[in-house]
Amino acid sequence: MEIIETDVAIVGAGGAGLRAAIALAQAEPALRVALISKVYPMRSHTCAAEGGAAGVTKPDDSFDLHFDDTVGGGDWLSDQDCVEYFVREAPKELLQLEHWGCPWNREADGSVAVRPFGGMKKQRTWFAADKSGFHILHTLFQTSLQFPSITRFDEYYALDLLTDDGRCQGLTAMEMRSGLIKQFNAKAVIIAGGGAGRMFPFTTNGAIKTGDGMALAYRAGVPLKDMEFVQYHPTGLPNTGSLLTEACRGEGGVLVNKHGRRYLQDYGMGPETPLGKPQLKTMELGPRDRVSQAYWHEVQKGNTVSTKWGECVLMDMRHLGEKTINARLPLVRELAISYLGVDIVTDAVPIRPVVHYMMGGISTNTQAATTLPGLFAAGECACVSLNGANRLGSNSLTELLVFGKRAALSAIEHIQGLPAANTAALQARALESQARIRELFSRTDGNESMSGLRKEMMDTMEKNVGIYRHEAGLREAVDAIAALRERYGRVVLNDKSNVFNTDLFQVLELGCMLDCAQALTVSALARNESRGAHQRLDHTERDDRNYLRHSMAWYRGAEAPRLDYLDVVVTKSPPGVRDYSGDHK
Amino acid sequence: MSRRPYVREVSKTRWYFKHPRYLRYMSREITCIFIGAFALLLLCALGRLADGQASYESFLAALQGPWSIFGLLVVLIFAVHNATSWFNVTPKAMPVQIGEEFLPGRYVVVAHYAVWIVVSLAVLFFAGAF
Amino acid sequence: MNARIVQLDVLRYDPEADSEPRFQRYVVPCAEEWVVLDALNAIKESIDPTLNYRWSCHMAVCGSCGMMINGEPKLSCHAFLRDYAGVIRVEPLANFPIERDLITVADDFIDKLKRVKPYLIPARNEPVPEGEYKQTPAQLMKYRQFSMCINCMLCYAACPEYALQPMFLGPAAIALAHRYNLDSRDGGRDERQEVIASHAGVWDCSFVGACSEVCPKAVDPAGALQQVKVASTIDWFKEHLLPGSGK
Repeated sequence: MEIIETDVAIVGAGGAGLRAAIALAQAEPALRVALISKVYPMRSHTCAAEGGAAGVTKPDDSFDLHFDDTVGGGDWLSDQDCVEYFVREAPKELLQLEHWGCPWNREADGSVAVRPFGGMKKQRTWFAADKSGFHILHTLFQTSLQFPSITRFDEYYALDLLTDDGRCQGLTAMEMRSGLIKQFNAKAVIIAGGGAGRMFPFTTNGAIKTGDGMALAYRAGVPLKDMEFVQYHPTGLPNTGSLLTEACRGEGGVLVNKHGRRYLQDYGMGPETPLGKPQLKTMELGPRDRVSQAYWHEVQKGNTVSTKWGECVLMDMRHLGEKTINARLPLVRELAISYLGVDIVTDAVPIRPVVHYMMGGISTNTQAATTLPGLFAAGECACVSLNGANRLGSNSLTELLVFGKRAALSAIEHIQGLPAANTAALQARALESQARIRELFSRTDGNESMSGLRKEMMDTMEKNVGIYRHEAGLREAVDAIAALRERYGRVVLNDKSNVFNTDLFQVLELGCMLDCAQALTVSALARNESRGAHQRLDHTERDDRNYLRHSMAWYRGAEAPRLDYLDVVVTKSPPGVRDYSGDHK
Repeated sequence: MSRRPYVREVSKTRWYFKHPRYLRYMSREITCIFIGAFALLLLCALGRLADGQASYESFLAALQGPWSIFGLLVVLIFAVHNATSWFNVTPKAMPVQIGEEFLPGRYVVVAHYAVWIVVSLAVLFFAGAF
Repeated sequence: MNARIVQLDVLRYDPEADSEPRFQRYVVPCAEEWVVLDALNAIKESIDPTLNYRWSCHMAVCGSCGMMINGEPKLSCHAFLRDYAGVIRVEPLANFPIERDLITVADDFIDKLKRVKPYLIPARNEPVPEGEYKQTPAQLMKYRQFSMCINCMLCYAACPEYALQPMFLGPAAIALAHRYNLDSRDGGRDERQEVIASHAGVWDCSFVGACSEVCPKAVDPAGALQQVKVASTIDWFKEHLLPGSGK
């Protein structure tokens, strides 16, 4: 097995991974950085983010306000020391991106423009048309090309972390086009592998969002934190699940039911604001969890439009006018026309909430360090926790930058004065990893279909772990996922080639998703309260006495995960009421 | 090593038959042969002119034969095709930005045609056509 | 769901089993509004799990799923079945070696992208804490179109120059260099000129224009290349005709 010696290995080359690589290259040009990704960096799902990245810039805005919006938006499950760090770093990171060439939209005087976004009291979302994630990703990727210390390993699938002496010291990864497994010896590993929205059938997420990074850490003994908190983006296309950015509502788009009523006012987000004049933090600019939950209630009441892809509400942007739409929402217009045959200039577009983001993930502290020394994580795969029980739109793109950099700095600190690696031990671990794959190739006596198991997983997640949950459904999901994990051991590869075998990769990805789904369902069943994106029909109130804590799921192999809890860090904002009505103070 | 990337051959002589847009491109490029031939003809005309009036006039008489007229018409068609196909793509090479907008390409194209017509008329005028 | 039975002829290639690529016919029920990618996914899920192709976002922004559909370079997530009749021919992206099935070897493109120095080389090195480089909306619009490239490589598949002259840098790489040249914050044009205003650079281009015709994001790489030619020519004249401007 080829052994690659490096100083820091980064798994995942999206926004967080690239930012970490650049930070390492700039801070310590002598350090060797191995940037490992299962796709070419520009394919990373960061490219699909549309709306923008939040950072305080306007004179009437403040770190305190961004802090309050984030902590309240997260229903007080965010760790407040982390949020304080984040809001301070945010503008610096966005300015750094600008200096690297990011084409932020501008005001007439040449300064960077900001737009309103959901759950934010002030306008602080920097944006690049409605392709902010795309431009951020490409700016980072192109910037990374100038650093010789970064060596990329494109289309390498990470298999297992190598741990010895209580430290993470590398990983194994398969070169996808040859099937060769290689051992990466590293003094530190940063995981930036993204979320796992593909556990669900209706999602904005691309094919690659299968929780590989989360599973990597989880199986190495690092807890997955707050996995039960899954964000539904309120406005996705009903057939493909494609994202229609929150900026549609930021620019003034409104949500109506089949009677033409702007129904959000019936769910504590009123009074109705004038058409085309959205008011921050209320009505259509309420937080995503509340807006998605309102949809669910409208479905129960029979107020939604029935389409062949299910129940929908309508998003009306006609009053914005063609000029504004072409300038600020061109991608949205193109998506709706191409995939749904609806022109938002002339018609209201049917939409429904779709799974979009995972607030939970690899447990880290504010320094992006996990419980395993030498292992760090950043981006959607990590849970610091910045986003708590519900993420505000446009905080995530900034999160990639702030914690991508932070993880790099923490890795540099960790590397100082490390004892020499036990090469024999690491090699033994690597061979175990290889054996796992060999076993999969040589298995002939299985009777399970990978796509069949995947469909069953998605069905139970959709049915039982949706916007609203209850105990019976969650128990069913817990049992179903546990059974699927057991049956997974009898999946046989249909494709036995070594060369770019996507059957193999999909089987491995399914394994990661099942592990993540198990952590998710177990955590959800145990949380007997409603908070943010986790809503229980049988426990409708928030319970700060028992649950102002993070769920921590610990891997136990074939067994269900062990669950315990970690207190939320509260600094200056005691749990309050989330008030998104127009008359709030 | 299991990899064996397969390189697909591209015919150096028949690649343009693969798609109509390549044939269109070749039709534009081929015009250069006819325009080049016409340029040679003009050189001959200059040579004949230097030889004296009789030589030049017999040259002009030869040009009025039916095959010659036919040939010159063919050259004219290709020259027009050359001019129009190039005019139509010049906006790509010279974007005109006014404020935040760009001048629509057709203005640039129309300007080219306008200049062409004016210059042609001027040449004809000085040649005594009217 | 209205099922429409679609037939696809897909070019298969497994280097461990095949000496050369061969077509395989699939018959798959599809919904009316599907794209070719949906058909491929249906095949892989229920008919032939050994079929291999790249894809991710399904919204024409990640650039993964480029392939030849009826001989035309397209993103399979943006090739609507309603636009095709009869048997649909699906092949890997032209002008790149085939790795496996519909997956090509993209190394040459990645290498060329890097060579043009596609990153901001600041004209004035102002420290970040002083704030953003000012850039008016008009200055932003000057280059924005060329920043939209999703690196899908459809333009390389369409370009006959790239097909016949493999050294050619190609449309996307040069268009990206042009994007930075036009950025008001950038001062790196001279560095990039060495690479792009060279024989394997822009002067290999004979303005076929196929690249711009197939570009799914209307980047107009052909326009970018011609603009680079114009700018380079002006440079040459300035250098040779104007006194004192020689380098």
